[in-house]
Amino acid sequence: MELSQFYQDLLPALNKGVIMSIALIIPSALGGICIGIAAGSLRTYGPKFIRKLGDGYAALFRGTPLVIQLFVLYYGLPNLGIYFSPYAAAVTGFMLCSGAYQSEYVRGALLSIKRGQYLGAQALGFSTFQTVFWIIIPQAMRRALHGCGNEIIYLIKYSSLAYIVTCMELTGEGNTIATEYFRFTEVFMMVGLYYLMLVSCAMLILKKVEQWLHIPGFGHQEA
Amino acid sequence: MIAAKTILEVDGLHKSFGDNVILKGVSLTLEESEIKVLIGPSGGGKSTLLQCINYLVTPESGTISLHGNVINLQNKKELYQLRQRVGMIFQEFNLFDHLTALDNVTIALRKVRNISKVSAKKRALLELEQVGLGDKTDLYPAQLSGGQKQRVAIARALAMDPEVLLLDEPTSALDPELVGEVIAVIKALAAKGMTMIMATHQISLISGLAQNVLFMENGVIAEQGSPKELLGAGKQTRTQGFCDRLKDLDEGGS
Repeated sequence: MELSQFYQDLLPALNKGVIMSIALIIPSALGGICIGIAAGSLRTYGPKFIRKLGDGYAALFRGTPLVIQLFVLYYGLPNLGIYFSPYAAAVTGFMLCSGAYQSEYVRGALLSIKRGQYLGAQALGFSTFQTVFWIIIPQAMRRALHGCGNEIIYLIKYSSLAYIVTCMELTGEGNTIATEYFRFTEVFMMVGLYYLMLVSCAMLILKKVEQWLHIPGFGHQEA
Repeated sequence: MIAAKTILEVDGLHKSFGDNVILKGVSLTLEESEIKVLIGPSGGGKSTLLQCINYLVTPESGTISLHGNVINLQNKKELYQLRQRVGMIFQEFNLFDHLTALDNVTIALRKVRNISKVSAKKRALLELEQVGLGDKTDLYPAQLSGGQKQRVAIARALAMDPEVLLLDEPTSALDPELVGEVIAVIKALAAKGMTMIMATHQISLISGLAQNVLFMENGVIAEQGSPKELLGAGKQTRTQGFCDRLKDLDEGGS
């Protein structure tokens, strides 16, 4: 059985798009987590000035729509002489936005660690940095895992905004075919399925990470 | 008689939280192998005093000296040194929840004292063996009983070779049937000549171990002396009255 011309065009386009999407998502997710841990820690333990700076960053990127952030990065910054490729603008925007949300999950997790853990380490002669790095963060990481995972799943879906700054990923490729053939329903249902697949993969990986990081006393209680 | 060597000197500690004055000028000296027991009503300043001694709580005024050298608070190095030499046992154990019993003991050896992984493990196993937990090294705090947790905490403090051990109500958070195992470990330490200051409500530790009892009330040491002086028959001291009440509670409970 031969596929119709429409499907012969659609599937390669979506496959090409999904590869671009993955190329957007992976660095954005990793960068977002790194920024989130750094910003979250500084917003919790940093000196007052740094804390305020971190709060300002989180307020700015959580308080404005991502589309606007992408527009500023891609269309606005060239006025200042800063040029981003569509791909670089999208990844930068996603990282900064995701990092702002992640920092909030990280901060919450850090604050949830009991003071006794801190005292216990201090009493043994740990410096403040050592206490945070070796005792507080490993515990907070496990508590933040679910929130951070949730943010990554969001990121997979808001990566579709990259096509607004002309970075042709899954949604962009789909849209091109859809307008060409005027068959929106099939195309976007397929695009939806692709995203569902991506999210399912992410959930599987997150589940594995959760199992790998599991320690008795954290997360679900086994009987 | 050989003059006893003074290890730790606390002089004129003042501490308040807001308007609430907790310590109003507390001084004490601790000699090698001496065991002092702090007793007194809750809120009397026992915990704060112990936490001030290794600067977990910063006193407003007063000094701490180790072997005659006043510790300079501004110097972080000296501060971290002090904490390594003065071990602390908490009422709530404060084991690191994400580490096994073994790693709870090794982490400070490795990160603070920069000892190699292999020798830290060797030392930790030895210490855990000493507190009777040689077979529990791979368990996490959530898998240990309260008494076992406190014994890991003691092993963790001892692995740092402290010269003084501060114990803040080490048995108060334990179920009654678990108190004995922790007391046994503390008694074994005393027999080895460990220098200790301990806040406790445990009568057997007060009368059995203390060379010196300090009765703290309202931020001052109200009475001090040997258990014999304060608790001997017919003595009308506040310490006596306080211990009688503890005894009544003990008997009422059992």
